[in-house]
Amino acid sequence: MAYNCVVLIKQVPDTKKITGKAMNDDGTVNRAALPAIFNPEDLNALEMALQIKQLHGGTVTAITMGLPAASDILRESLYRGADDAILITDAKCAASDTLATSYILSCAVKKLPFDIVLCGRQAIDGDTAQVGPQLAEKLAIPQITYVEQLTELAERTITVRRNIGSGWQKIRTKLPVLLTVTSDANEPGVAAAKKMMKYKNALTPIEIGQKVQAENPQADQLTHKALIDRKTKQLEEKGLLIKQWNLDFLQADLTWCGRDGSPTKVHRIQSVVLAAKESKNIEPTDAGITDMVHELIEDKIIA
Amino acid sequence: MIDVNRQGEVWVFTEQHNANIEEPSIELMSKAKHLADVLGVNLSAVILGDNIKSLAEKMIHYGADKVYIAQHNLLAGYQTNSYAKVIYDLIHKYKPQIVLYGATAAGRDLAPRIASAAKAGLTADCTDLQIGDHTPPNNKTTHKNLLFQIRPAFGGNIIATIINYDRWPQMATVREGVMPMPQPQTNRKGEIIEEKVSVSENDLPLEILEEHKRQKKVDLKAARIIVAGGAGVGSRENFKLVWDLANCLGAAPAASRAAVDLGFIDHDHQVGQTGTTVRPSLYIAVGVSGAIQHQAGMNQSQKIVAINNDPDAPIFQLAHYKIVGDLNTIIPKMIKAIREKAIKE
Repeated sequence: MAYNCVVLIKQVPDTKKITGKAMNDDGTVNRAALPAIFNPEDLNALEMALQIKQLHGGTVTAITMGLPAASDILRESLYRGADDAILITDAKCAASDTLATSYILSCAVKKLPFDIVLCGRQAIDGDTAQVGPQLAEKLAIPQITYVEQLTELAERTITVRRNIGSGWQKIRTKLPVLLTVTSDANEPGVAAAKKMMKYKNALTPIEIGQKVQAENPQADQLTHKALIDRKTKQLEEKGLLIKQWNLDFLQADLTWCGRDGSPTKVHRIQSVVLAAKESKNIEPTDAGITDMVHELIEDKIIA
Repeated sequence: MIDVNRQGEVWVFTEQHNANIEEPSIELMSKAKHLADVLGVNLSAVILGDNIKSLAEKMIHYGADKVYIAQHNLLAGYQTNSYAKVIYDLIHKYKPQIVLYGATAAGRDLAPRIASAAKAGLTADCTDLQIGDHTPPNNKTTHKNLLFQIRPAFGGNIIATIINYDRWPQMATVREGVMPMPQPQTNRKGEIIEEKVSVSENDLPLEILEEHKRQKKVDLKAARIIVAGGAGVGSRENFKLVWDLANCLGAAPAASRAAVDLGFIDHDHQVGQTGTTVRPSLYIAVGVSGAIQHQAGMNQSQKIVAINNDPDAPIFQLAHYKIVGDLNTIIPKMIKAIREKAIKE
């Protein structure tokens, strides 16, 4: 039987590339100085969904919540084989913590048919691993976190291997289910050239507006609107329109969204400056090293 | 939603496996006791399982004033839904102000599910907890005695202090290994409360077909001395130098993520944000550049020796003893100096 897979993905700053320049003097991260990337373990989640589709048929829908520029990872998902891509973007989403984010995402997932919801284990900017389990709770479905292998999928039953830190478990459950997927689960494939050629022209409504504006800077508002409508229709016919949903469309209760919907708040951010209180330079000679060893023994650091 | 309750207790979710308390839960106890003392409230442990009554006494020895025991044959093994339901019900009944969990595979699976049901805040992987006051920038009401949930973010480049003041409880998972193990005090007395719980087969949607636990190849958390090698060691063969130095010191051999990724040594030996957090008396870093993610796992070491041929390596900012030079000649010199001293005494 075929399965509907929904994959939640996130665009994140590449925290591995953080250098001095990427940090502001007040210790906050200068996101502009960092490349924005597809969260690595979300690629593993997408790959698992694509493998399910390849073996059993069905659909793969990628959803992200973020700034308009997050459409980049939706196009990337289409290159890799996703059937549909949805951008949730709204100023009222700003400052959402994991609880508010999971609520907004749950409103979106509930609009779709789904058998398996997949997320990466965690995102590299926050490393919280909380949105997956919170989303599962809001969808009232079981969750299996830290999935490192999809073992079997037959009828309405799924079997996976879950990493439990000090070993693993083999777990079976009935669909629907939410999985959070680790980097051990698979090697994400590369984007297909043919799909890239097709979907590089896929745009969100915001991007259509920007494009029309850039190409027709002199045109008046009415003309713009007509051009946008025509372009939107064209893209839709070719299957190149990336869906864009806001909180109104999701009929989300604003009490649970954004800053108001987020119980956790930031009290303080500090940049990490670590330094030893006292330090000594030791010459790399027999004498220098012997002295150091003696000092460590005298201080009872070495027994 | 649970209202702010200033008299609420401090709770520690006590993880157990086959009626053995997991170490990360015990690690939480001395810090949790301190928080409870500052707030002037009880510290309580919450234990779920089957035939686990004997564990209550132990948690009292580790600092609990009260222990809530939830026993049921369906709670024998951990499952997200059943455990989340029982703990959520207890939170609802007793309204604790703080609930702490170890940031283990189970803790990180369970806590967000409870937070979502309780619509409460949750901070993952804290490395420190304190009590403090907060004044929101847009209004001048000061919220007193909040839980400061302190954790690294952005790959360890910043330290964020997170709070929640308008919804209870304040919940956090705490990273393994960052807090010292308390000594049990066997004369401590406390109250044990047996809770009647309602769980049914419907709360167990998962079938655990197989479970394989394995012993880690090395116990870095318990090691008094650690010798860690980095990418600068050069090869798996050359990593023998790290093992040799570790052997002659009775130390545990460890590695940076780069060395593990290069296949020099098994992942069990990895120190840092994606490995183990350690706090030994002596940490000797050999050919470790000292990426912030590595520093996060070892900066609480009492003394740090760094050996690196690059004088600008970030590890030197942390080191008490800095040796700039070739590890291939320095390590044999160190081994010689240690052996000679040992013979003399």
